[in-house]
Amino acid sequence: MSDQTRIRNFSIIAHIDHGKSTLADRLLERTGAVSPREMRDQVLDTMDLERERGITIKAQTVRIGYHAGDGDDYVLNLIDTPGHVDFSYEVSRSLAACEGALLLADAAQGVQAQTVANAYLAIEAGLEVIPALNKIDLAAADPERVTTELVNILGGSPDAVLHLSAKTGAGVDRLLETIIARIPPPSGDAEAPLRALVFDSYFDAYRGVVCYLRVVDGSLGVGDAIRFMATGETHDASEIGYLTPKAVPVGRVGPGEVVYLITGVKEIDRIKVGDTVTSARAAAVVPLPGYTEPKPMVFSGIFPTDGDDYPKLREALEKLRLNDASLSWEPETSRALGFGFRVGFLGLLHMEIVRERLEREYDLDLVATAPSVAYSVRLPPGEEQVIKSPQDLPEEHRGVSEPFVRAMILTPTEYVGPIMELATGRRAVVGGMNYLSPERVELDFEIPLSEIVFDFFDLLKSKTKGYATLDYEPLDYRQADLVKVDILLNGQAVDAFSAIVHRDHAEEYGKRMTTRLRSLIPRQLFDVPIQAAIGGRVISRETVKARRKDVTAKCYGGDITRKKKLLQKQKEGKKRMKMVGSVEVPQEAFVAALRVDDDL
Amino acid sequence: MTPEDADRHFGVVGVYVHIPFCARICPYCDFAVVAGKDHLAPRYIEALVAEIGGGESRRGIGAVYVGGGTPSHVEPRLLGLTLEAVERRHGIASGAEVSVEANPEDFTKDLARGLVALGFTRVSFGAQSFDPVVLGYLGRRHTPEDITRSVETARTAGFGSVSVDLIYGSPVEDPASWEDTLARAVDLGTDHVSCYALTVEQGTPLGRSVASGEAAPDPDIQADRHELAGMRLSAAGLGRYEVSNWATGGHECRYNHIVWAQGEYLGYGASAHGHLDGVRYRNLRRLDAYIAAVERGVRPLAGEELLRGWDAEIDRLFVGLRRVVGVAEGPGTAALMETEEGQLLEHAGVVSRRGDRLVIDRPLLTDMVQRAVLGLPEPWAQAAAANNVSVDA
Ligand SMILES: Nc1nc2c(ncn2[C@@H]2O[C@H](COP(=O)(O)OP(=O)(O)O)[C@@H](O)[C@H]2O)c(=O)[nH]1
Ligand code: SF4
Ligand SMILES: [Mg+2]
Repeated sequence: MSDQTRIRNFSIIAHIDHGKSTLADRLLERTGAVSPREMRDQVLDTMDLERERGITIKAQTVRIGYHAGDGDDYVLNLIDTPGHVDFSYEVSRSLAACEGALLLADAAQGVQAQTVANAYLAIEAGLEVIPALNKIDLAAADPERVTTELVNILGGSPDAVLHLSAKTGAGVDRLLETIIARIPPPSGDAEAPLRALVFDSYFDAYRGVVCYLRVVDGSLGVGDAIRFMATGETHDASEIGYLTPKAVPVGRVGPGEVVYLITGVKEIDRIKVGDTVTSARAAAVVPLPGYTEPKPMVFSGIFPTDGDDYPKLREALEKLRLNDASLSWEPETSRALGFGFRVGFLGLLHMEIVRERLEREYDLDLVATAPSVAYSVRLPPGEEQVIKSPQDLPEEHRGVSEPFVRAMILTPTEYVGPIMELATGRRAVVGGMNYLSPERVELDFEIPLSEIVFDFFDLLKSKTKGYATLDYEPLDYRQADLVKVDILLNGQAVDAFSAIVHRDHAEEYGKRMTTRLRSLIPRQLFDVPIQAAIGGRVISRETVKARRKDVTAKCYGGDITRKKKLLQKQKEGKKRMKMVGSVEVPQEAFVAALRVDDDL
Repeated sequence: MTPEDADRHFGVVGVYVHIPFCARICPYCDFAVVAGKDHLAPRYIEALVAEIGGGESRRGIGAVYVGGGTPSHVEPRLLGLTLEAVERRHGIASGAEVSVEANPEDFTKDLARGLVALGFTRVSFGAQSFDPVVLGYLGRRHTPEDITRSVETARTAGFGSVSVDLIYGSPVEDPASWEDTLARAVDLGTDHVSCYALTVEQGTPLGRSVASGEAAPDPDIQADRHELAGMRLSAAGLGRYEVSNWATGGHECRYNHIVWAQGEYLGYGASAHGHLDGVRYRNLRRLDAYIAAVERGVRPLAGEELLRGWDAEIDRLFVGLRRVVGVAEGPGTAALMETEEGQLLEHAGVVSRRGDRLVIDRPLLTDMVQRAVLGLPEPWAQAAAANNVSVDA
């Protein structure tokens, strides 16, 4: 058991790409946690998807030893967190396991939307925040300006802002000493009954459920009988250990420590992230605060391409939820796509990542429908009904309300004009403007979630040469003149294509969808009319003309085997299509509404 | 040609001989060809003769097809050695069709007479177009006049059957150009015309230029051109008997019929393919690899496909449906018409049942039908019966 006074628990938080994972590399290297041979860039980004995309999706925890200037040995539990707005829930959970947070800001880019958002999360969680400029090695670094920006959001003195380069390692020694000096040690009661927070978990095919715990009070040893307070499950702790980042089993741990726990539980629904682990014999009475369940922002139908994979999809979702507590779903049936699930996501990136993880890690082939937000519908008798899928909008209703968010955009001042234009075109109500420095301004407004969640971010980036950043949080529901636009293929409405849009935008939306679908749906045996309609009224129409020629000219001089292989390959390609009535529709058509306007 | 005549080719054995040499490689060509390696021709022919001599010993060949590449680009003497080897090994039946491919720019009177003397009865010209603009786009070396002259030369020399290959639908072609090409092919009194849509193959210079944004052939225009060919050629007495082939009565290419009737044929030479004893096989594609294998005394085999049981039935449909006469009904056609895809094809007028045959009525959609045919599941009853037989045996 480690001495609490020699433990420091902290998260690294920042806007995406400001260098969190790279700084974690330097800390691991500097403290000898990872040998030079094992070192690679962003060593904590272990998921294939993270390495391919160069982003952190999952928070990662690691324990490192540090011999400090005061001559003592310390234990640092570091959590590297994701920076994208969709994953702020991951950040919140990580913060709950810490006493401090290291807030990085790119010394050239300056304070961005998630710098601000994450700073507030840390402050609200009552953490000691250490501000630092990263990338001071860059020629474009402007420490003075960015320091002003940081002080503007955090308060405090400019002298408290550290200067770092995660690339060269400059400033890392001073950072380590600051962590020891400024972040308070944990202050748990070693004599009290065990209370440990489950702040993360995942499913291992061999070992079952693996939980990450932050011990708050008491102690936990191998073989102890433990109870999960929320679920009431009782088990034996069959293995506990540190992540260094390799798993190192340990016999007993006390307050302030961060460990993994294996109980041998294979049933994934028995463990909940946010739950409190206590001793089965001398149980604690009051659980730890836990987490408020994150509210999904967007919903999309996910269907197996092969209907037989439905049970496999359900199981995959359950396993994934263990590693991604923000996932939620309910069964959905579509006339076009069969049996599937309506899945809730924290945002579009989250949706993309979940879908990709499901396909890769669980070997599924999926069709996802265009995402939608949740609407509230007033029914004739007066009651309210929440619908998460446009196809659920009843014919008869007394009004529809939609979710609004409070959005914050940080931008260089010269782009204020174009951003205002973009936002008002999206029905935004502009609130305040707040200058972080003479060149940098924060714009606040209230805007329908449905207007920002899809292509807004891409448009914002393209209008500001990539300089503006966005963060948002849920606000309230407001009534609006919303209508359902149906898409008909061959005269048949395809439920999976329906969308709810503002009446003023309906026509444009219908036109965009029919045009896109015309280019996405391959030519078939028959002409395929594509129509967009509100109620029974057609607002736009396109036709995919029947295919007239589909033949190989010469049979490769008679090489029949080769031609069979070629056609077989084409046939495999068609398996990625979904038959909707008698029309073959490629999977990407179902998210056609998402694509940014590059083709119009 | 009646269906019975067409299907009868099932019993005739053919021989295909590949001559890979060309003067220059056309930008659209993805056959196994070489240019600038003419000095290898004698050695290649030696290898061919050796391969034929050591080949399987089917007797009584009903059709020989010497294709390429450009057979007319090599010395006729060398082609003669090849034919002799076939005669020695297999015996060429009397009245057999013996075809040779030729390019118009090579086709002198001497060459024509020489080929007839060697025993060739049919010549197929790589004419492609009578429009100099199209010929230029296709990278061809001959003029429209070369074609006219070649066809007349072939007639005078005594070829019993003369065919021209045409390519339609290149981006530089306009309707008048294609109309004119058809008219001139007809005026020449050719017995047989093949019309192929220009196809952009990956890895060819044409493929690369299209990938880099150059104009590509338009499939709808190609469909128009195919329809026009059908009208003009049938008006001139040439009936279509396969997707891309038209002939006057009795001049259908016998070798091709063997292939489509799922008949047997032996393939000799680099990249040549054959069908024998329920196996489709193909030879090594590269010239040097082929020569090296034969010289080492090894069979120059590149790959095989086994056609057993249900696979053979699928194969029968796959090849046979390209013909206008289609295929006789059987377990494969029954299985096809039980699928949703098959019914959709029938409903759209792509396939129909005529008497006891299944035929394709919209030949330009043949690949759709063939895709439906590939991977048709074996009917349960048939699989069970097959199992019983093997259990009893
Ligand atoms: N020049 C320079 N580049 C850095 C520094 N720190 C990180 N980077 C680069 O910034 C990019 C984003 O870093 P990463 O650690 O993935 O950021 P994260 O999204 O905050 O985890 C990577 O290309 C890093 O190599 C630094 O101190 N100096
Ligand atoms: S002449 Fe014929 S075989 Fe030779 S390259 Fe041209 S198209 Fe190909
Ligand atoms: Mg990262």
